[in-house]
Amino acid sequence: MNKKASGLTSYLGTLGALLILCVLWTILSRNFLTYNNLMSVLKQTSFNALLSTGMLFCLITAGIDLSVGANATFSACVMGMLVTRGFTNPIALIIIALICGTCIGLINGTLLTRLHLPHPFVSTLGMKNFLWGAALLVTSSQMVSFSSASGVMWLGSATIGGFPISFIVVVVIYIILHILLTRTSLGRSVYCAGGNMEATRLSGINSANVLTFCYALSGFMAALAGIVSVGRSGICNGTNAIQPYDTDAIAACVIGGASFNGGKGTMFGTMLGALIISVLRNGFSLLAIDSAVQNMVLGLVIIGAVLLDVVRENMAAKARRNAAAAAQK
Amino acid sequence: MSMSEYVVELRDCTKIFPGVKALDNMQLAVKPGEILGLIGENGAGKSTLIKVLTGVHQADSGSVYVNGQQMQFKNPNDSAAAGIACVYQELNIEKLLSITDNIFINKWIKGSNGLLDYKAMHAKAKEVMASLGQDVDPTKPAGTFGMGVQQMIEIAKAVLIDAKMIIMDEPTSSLGEKEVEQLMATCRKLRNQGVGIVFVSHKLEELFTLCDRVTVIRDGQYIDTRDIADWNNDSLIAAMVGRTLDNLFPKEYGTKGEVMLEAKNLVEGGVLDDVSFKAYGGQVLGFAGLVGAGRTETMRAVFGADPLDSGKIFVKGKEVSIKSPAQAIKNGIALLTEDRKGQGLVLAESVKNNLILANLKGFSSGFFLNFGKIAKAAEDNIGALRIKTPTADERVGQLSGGNQQKVVIGKWVNTDCDIFIFDEPTRGIDVGAKIEVYNVMNRLVKEGKCVIMVSSELPEILGMSDRVYVMRGGKIMAEVERDSKHFNQESLMKAAWGGNINE
Repeated sequence: MNKKASGLTSYLGTLGALLILCVLWTILSRNFLTYNNLMSVLKQTSFNALLSTGMLFCLITAGIDLSVGANATFSACVMGMLVTRGFTNPIALIIIALICGTCIGLINGTLLTRLHLPHPFVSTLGMKNFLWGAALLVTSSQMVSFSSASGVMWLGSATIGGFPISFIVVVVIYIILHILLTRTSLGRSVYCAGGNMEATRLSGINSANVLTFCYALSGFMAALAGIVSVGRSGICNGTNAIQPYDTDAIAACVIGGASFNGGKGTMFGTMLGALIISVLRNGFSLLAIDSAVQNMVLGLVIIGAVLLDVVRENMAAKARRNAAAAAQK
Repeated sequence: MSMSEYVVELRDCTKIFPGVKALDNMQLAVKPGEILGLIGENGAGKSTLIKVLTGVHQADSGSVYVNGQQMQFKNPNDSAAAGIACVYQELNIEKLLSITDNIFINKWIKGSNGLLDYKAMHAKAKEVMASLGQDVDPTKPAGTFGMGVQQMIEIAKAVLIDAKMIIMDEPTSSLGEKEVEQLMATCRKLRNQGVGIVFVSHKLEELFTLCDRVTVIRDGQYIDTRDIADWNNDSLIAAMVGRTLDNLFPKEYGTKGEVMLEAKNLVEGGVLDDVSFKAYGGQVLGFAGLVGAGRTETMRAVFGADPLDSGKIFVKGKEVSIKSPAQAIKNGIALLTEDRKGQGLVLAESVKNNLILANLKGFSSGFFLNFGKIAKAAEDNIGALRIKTPTADERVGQLSGGNQQKVVIGKWVNTDCDIFIFDEPTRGIDVGAKIEVYNVMNRLVKEGKCVIMVSSELPEILGMSDRVYVMRGGKIMAEVERDSKHFNQESLMKAAWGGNINE
């Protein structure tokens, strides 16, 4: 598959950027290249990397899911509500949160495919606001501590010799989803539905179900991210629902090569994107740089990544034209 | 040589793209007040020729002369200023804006206060459209009108800049019969006003009806120009493909088998009115009729792409329930849609991925795709269907129309389907590729499969079908066997227009 070959070279830029960034932080801060700090970077990456999985699937289908961050917070807050009512069985709490997040994803998918809302930008934006309110409502706008249900926190806090379990889970999920996207008919259908939904439907593929799957997956992963965040902070807080988690996830996908036009994007690229974002944030906090500057730089990185992608596309198109012209000769 | 007899002339023009000579000493000369047909296979250089004339491309050598004066077009504005206009196949219409807004884009009339003078623009737009035979309200959004009117809006733009020459790039490809007639009337009117018209078309009948002279080009080279009276079907095709084609329609006969597909009393409110038909294995069943007669709708309904209000569908004698394309495919029905780019292909995906799209299950081993099997099938398809592509990994969007159509065919050949519905299978593809499509049909029929072909080209229907249904207004008007005395253009036309062929 030529995609693999051209794929590797297309990662070189992103991979290079990540390495340069690491070298830069190592030079600027003695604390960057330490085991503890790197583990903390991975821990920070887990949350965004999970949100980015679902976001990537939605972006490949030329859609978007702006409710991932709010969904993560809401799912955590549903657990919080149960904890405040004395329900503390960690397994049950986790299952409920996952079901909750998945159902919200299913609703997002249904709004798009069965009720034919025009673009998921609007419907998932609506969902984000709804979940923000719902997260505050179920927790009565209070932070909830999970100290009485510490089993829930295991996923987000446990480590093996300092290496975060949550990141191991993330890697496993990324490998599974990578195989799903590249080696199964469902994965092919996801890319094709993004490229041309009608042609895909008329080829006998149930495009509606494919899209619904993507949004349900996104909801499931958001809930999982919510569980990880509870482990990291020990609390859930409804006001987090409007944190820019969604845009961080979009940024990870786009830095990794996904496109708003659909049909593009890989798990590996998205992982690189998520790592770049957390390394960037980590370095800034090590150097005690104002978070305002952090946000500005992150914004520029996103713009730069898209710009790079456009340049790359144009170059690839030109190379194809030349190759086609040469073949005609 | 002070004054030229030609309004626009292109001399010894060569245009080289990296690795390919798109135009090689090309010539073209258009007289004022004539309709010049321009014909050539896909890839012959028509689009490059048009783009050089309209200033989109700059020739490497050779020049364009307007009224005998050598011109240097650096961009489309220069060409427009010299009086050359082009109506492209893909119309440039802002569907949400009014006709006036479309016509006056970048040529706005401003009042003394510096604001747009809509009163004057509407009046002028109405006048120009009326002069083209269109009595329309120019304040209405362009998208609310049919393709015929939208095309007239493009022509109106050309008229507004007092174009000396108008190029029409396959203007009839998306028009219905009536709209084509109207377009031809407009072309003649413009010709009589002294405008030179270059009429690019794949349809030979149109050239014979409309044009004064016809120029043939091939492989970027000028071949010949003659008065229309000095051309005939055979000589045009021979000039175009560089060899004589004994038969445009290489019809071969299969053995008539059992009824493979039967539809009974299909009804779809306002679209299909009690449609029943039978299609046999080993035969090509043609569906003739005017654009909008309900043929495509019938096929989409049978394929489960659009819901039916009532009606029954039988596959090999058994009643089946088809509510989605997936169910249709399970029952062995394949639909090759009329709109290749919009409904047949995922343009950004590779040839290979498009070829397997309708049968992902068949190309999987268990849960995973079988890449070895996929690569082999792709190679087989590319060879058998003679798909011209550098590799199986090329994006389908990069291929020519004829090759894209072959990819669509390959996609369905790769399924287990035995009922193949071709909707306008040769629209917009060149003569050579058309014949290859017909040969695929021949092969399918010889394998005992059932082929249904919807076509608006009567010669194609007559050339390839074993049996024909004629539709009009969502109804079946006539059923004609190949050996019937009614199996001719006149009778089918009569039925298509609502007449009784037995009278």
